[in-house]
Amino acid sequence: MPLSISLTVNGDRHDVPLEDARATLLDVLRERIGLTGTKKGCDRGQCGACTVLVDGRRVNSCLSLAMSMDGADVTTIEGLAQGEDLHPVQAAFIEHDGFQCGYCTPGQIMSAVGLIAEGEAGDDPERIREGMSGNLCRCAAYPGITAAVIDAQRRMAEAEDERKRA
Amino acid sequence: MPDTILMPAGHVRLGSNAGQPMTRRDGIAKVTGAATYAADNRPDRLLYAVYASAGIARGRVAKLDVDTARAHPGVVEVYTPENRPALEQDPDEKFHMFAWRTEALQNDSVRYANQPVALVVAETLEAATEGARLLSPEYEEQPARIGFDNGEIYEPGSTGIGGAVTFSKGDIEAGRKAAVRTTETHIDTPLQYHNAMEPHAAVAEWDGDLLTLDCPNQALVMARDMFAKYFGIPGENITLRSPYLGGGFGSKAIPIGPYILAILAARELDRPVKIALRRDQMFGPVGHRGGTRQVVKLGTNADGQLTALEHNATSTTSSFDEFIEGAGNASHNLYASPAISTAHKGVRMDTGTPGPMRAPGEASGSAALECAMDEAAEAAGLDPLEFRLRNYSETDPASGKPFSSKALRECYAEGAKRFGWATRPLEPGTMRDENGHLVGWGVGTSLFPAPMFQALATATLRADGTATVATGGVDMGQGAWTALAQIAADGLGLPAERVEFLAGTSLQPDGGVAGGSGHTATAGGALFAAGSDAIRQLAELATNDPDSPLFGAGNAGVEARDGRLCAADDDSRSEAYEDILARAGLTALEGSGTGGRDPSIGEQWAMFSHGAVFAEVKVDPELYQIRVTRLVGAFAAGRIINPKLAQSQLTGGMIWGLSSALHEEGIHDLRSGRLVNGDFAGYHIPVNADAPSVEALLIDEEDPYVNTLGVKGVGELGITGTVGAIANAVWHATGTRVRSFPIHISALLK
Amino acid sequence: MNLFDYVRPASLSEAIAAGSKPGAAYLAGGTNLLDLMKAGVAHPGKVVDITRLPGLDRIETLSDGSTRIGAMVRNSDLARDPSFAASFPAVAEALLSGASAQLRNAATVGGNLMQRTRCPYFYDPNSACNRRESGAGCDAIGGETHSHAVLGWTETCIATHPSDFCVPLAALDAVVEMEGPDGTRDVPLADFHMLPDETSPGGADLKPGEIITALRLPAEAAAFAGNSRYLKLRERTSYAFALVSAAAMLRMDGDTIAEAHIALGAVAAKPWRASAAEELLNGATPDAETFARAAEAALDGARPSGDNAHKIDLAKRVLTRALTQAAAGTPDRMPALPASVFASVNGASAHA
Repeated sequence: MPLSISLTVNGDRHDVPLEDARATLLDVLRERIGLTGTKKGCDRGQCGACTVLVDGRRVNSCLSLAMSMDGADVTTIEGLAQGEDLHPVQAAFIEHDGFQCGYCTPGQIMSAVGLIAEGEAGDDPERIREGMSGNLCRCAAYPGITAAVIDAQRRMAEAEDERKRA
Repeated sequence: MPDTILMPAGHVRLGSNAGQPMTRRDGIAKVTGAATYAADNRPDRLLYAVYASAGIARGRVAKLDVDTARAHPGVVEVYTPENRPALEQDPDEKFHMFAWRTEALQNDSVRYANQPVALVVAETLEAATEGARLLSPEYEEQPARIGFDNGEIYEPGSTGIGGAVTFSKGDIEAGRKAAVRTTETHIDTPLQYHNAMEPHAAVAEWDGDLLTLDCPNQALVMARDMFAKYFGIPGENITLRSPYLGGGFGSKAIPIGPYILAILAARELDRPVKIALRRDQMFGPVGHRGGTRQVVKLGTNADGQLTALEHNATSTTSSFDEFIEGAGNASHNLYASPAISTAHKGVRMDTGTPGPMRAPGEASGSAALECAMDEAAEAAGLDPLEFRLRNYSETDPASGKPFSSKALRECYAEGAKRFGWATRPLEPGTMRDENGHLVGWGVGTSLFPAPMFQALATATLRADGTATVATGGVDMGQGAWTALAQIAADGLGLPAERVEFLAGTSLQPDGGVAGGSGHTATAGGALFAAGSDAIRQLAELATNDPDSPLFGAGNAGVEARDGRLCAADDDSRSEAYEDILARAGLTALEGSGTGGRDPSIGEQWAMFSHGAVFAEVKVDPELYQIRVTRLVGAFAAGRIINPKLAQSQLTGGMIWGLSSALHEEGIHDLRSGRLVNGDFAGYHIPVNADAPSVEALLIDEEDPYVNTLGVKGVGELGITGTVGAIANAVWHATGTRVRSFPIHISALLK
Repeated sequence: MNLFDYVRPASLSEAIAAGSKPGAAYLAGGTNLLDLMKAGVAHPGKVVDITRLPGLDRIETLSDGSTRIGAMVRNSDLARDPSFAASFPAVAEALLSGASAQLRNAATVGGNLMQRTRCPYFYDPNSACNRRESGAGCDAIGGETHSHAVLGWTETCIATHPSDFCVPLAALDAVVEMEGPDGTRDVPLADFHMLPDETSPGGADLKPGEIITALRLPAEAAAFAGNSRYLKLRERTSYAFALVSAAAMLRMDGDTIAEAHIALGAVAAKPWRASAAEELLNGATPDAETFARAAEAALDGARPSGDNAHKIDLAKRVLTRALTQAAAGTPDRMPALPASVFASVNGASAHA
């Protein structure tokens, strides 16, 4: 029986036929839909390179069975920027040099967006470090990553305040 | 540092773009997911290849269930030694200085666990993965030889790539006799696996006998030509593309069996084939850092000066090839001693062959040397920094040559000041923090050579005043896209934004190897020379043209600045590049350049980057969990092209040192020879929370000799020094000297 | 990963019917099942997706005062539930010390109880493992045993249970609710994970087709909220399995321990409830000497299963420290590094 799932990825609906039930969300994004920004680092939930938002929450797409995600709203790294305008987290990663080779970066950024949305780390660097510890970086750009998340979090909070005042 | 580095023609100088903390030019691509790594390529009609990994460490494959694998839906082909098409190059022949023996199904033997034993090609990744599993290999197994005590010890042919096995200077016996104190430090370091975040991957597509190969690679043209040998085609037939590498660290320079098999499959099946190693497959056929067993014996006189330095190492290699971690070599060029002796042995084990891994030799050797220096300082009753200063070498201890530059004293001073070293108590176990944790401070010295290789580059200046420069260099995270472009822009006297920088494919002029911390100097040198060559031609046009305000200024009398040529002695006389080219009726002007070093330079000077790393650790006084709460490094590496990126390289390197000190090790079952921690859950590398405060200070250093750019390199420096600094801090916190890396909780338990 | 049938039943009874078939496996968060399937350790012929079954995602207080947590509640949601975290702070701390934020967002309560050992020999299909194949033998014995059991092991199996979450749950007398082809049943968590014996490697007490539907914490468990800690010794600051861990909960009566609940993690094939140590503490004064005696009692009978004798010593030390921390009182705010040796007091930031 041919299988198919429907995903909303970065606002676009994708109906994806599958040969069989065993594809992960990560492989569907990369190999079927062609959104290769999400990276495979370990494929086993041990590195965080494949982090995406599913219904607003950060998860490891490598351990998400695509069939089980049918109907989900997925945000990947390709869906963060608004046209030319980078998401504050993306801009902060560049500013603070929060990456070197860039391979873990999509996962780091999606994880950071998820972390900020969770709203528990605030601007406490130690909580940010802990909250970002599910994303390995072999280049070890951790100092820049932490600085970038603090900075982006602050800018997003300021923008939110301004929006509320307006 | 002078602002001006004059090229022979004298028109251009470093300093407008170079030296600026520019953000990465590939930043937007990397933060938006637009940067395409090899495995991101998806040509039409793509097939997926997955290889079956050997489940034993030594023996032969007796049976493969090829029928079951073939019958799996979606499987297109299964390659085993029985049906693998012929290659033009024997994978077991050392046909190149950088050729490692590799496994491409040339026979049914197994020489280490995780070696490829068959390749399955399928319509989907899932089918290929399952097909490989369904092969269910059966083996004739022989006992694995794993571990220092179980392998054959032998006299190796070289250390690293072509390095010396033994070295001696002065009279060691006399040095020992002259000592009032001797210390003997034993240090073991484990096998380490590069584990770049991007697993090795290749997408191969043939068009007749032309091959397009997307594959992360640190040495494009060299690798291209090696690939070509396997397929009996000219190197020019291959386009090797590697615009982005998801980390390399030394593991991505050469063809490996899995790539060769994927390329072969693509040719046989006449469809593009993608192969991407699984993380568990990163522990086997892609190289690693060999383990070492080291002994450092130091003799010191009453003034705390070394009288004898002996550093011996036994390093692990494979049963079938050789790469010896030249740990002892780390003791040649750092501390002054009238007598130095180093020697290496090899031990053959049933693992894949080691290879260069970030600071090969130096990383392991520095760890042992810095621990030994700490122990000697303790024996002498001296502060470990003071002890290092008493053994400061004004000339290269090994050769006696002067250093081309050495601001290590300033590194010690600035690092110590920033860290607050002055208040450090001599006795271990005396500092506690507000939570009752033991606090320890340690220091280590960083040292890494400043080699250069060979590179070519071109620079094309266009009629609109913009330029394109090209070199087949690669950015594996170190920042080549940015730093090399900065150098190139200065070579052309243009702002960086007016320079298009092409790199990352074998179609460009050979950019050499991104390794040895020499890429910026080498490829940068070529780019600077190419730009300078173009400007020389431009100056010739202008100064010989009566209609130019620069007419008659003489070729040497003009300078290139911000897109204009100016008379050196008269600012009012200048002309834009566009105007010079337009009047000459030229649409473009091409320059070319080479990067490399005149061997005579090396005969005159000893050339090294230096640094000092200070570490603070906290250790729970009863539970012994360790955290490196602060790392401060101060580094002198000649001219820094981009301080922002250089700092990232250095802090990244320091965290690699942290990883070596506390985390990473390949653990093998001594009976089966298989890794028991061959994944990221078991093979720990630091997480964000492991590195709360890491800082790299850049110390000004002028080096007029090392190369035209004055650049020494920072890629590997940060690891050296750091491992020892952390171990020494652990001792200072706990009073325990751990003899084996990484330092485990159990090793501190009292 | 082998080919399998995928079904997503709409009701619990449909799920149980599908899951009762031989070779069926229930899929919840997938963080362990998919990992095992990729490792070639699990090969279900049918995957029954229970993530959308109605009614399994609630956290509720029952009329008897007990707290009932639906099996599909995600680990992070439970840890962040303010009322739950206030009543059972050590459980929240244990949850937040496990895995990574991403994994906690996917992993479920029921799945956490069902997770398999992390023994590398279990994960390596080339090694003999009685858990994977009954009667195959145990290659962990005589191998690399850094992470292996020091309590309750036999020659059949020396693996440990990897969960953090289950450790305080075992200490708090949590009860597992299950439903299967033969109806519902409750099993105390302390009995849910079974130790190996001379022939069986042990494992979860779940019959074919049974689904964990909920976890219940008795009303009395909340009485420990003021003095509850989970402490997890690790070789990496975060994103690492425990070397050893301990949950310590005290119900204080003035300066006296009225009642102590203790469990150890990563020392046995199940979270190790230390009843003898609890008895020793009940009615005692919380001081170092008492805690040390309790720790000795907790590790009574411990023996190394290989090169891991240090775990016995460390487990005593970790428990002593956890008791000391519990006696000092639950922090006002979740520490920045939950359950860490380096968790600073009351969640303050350790480093700027």
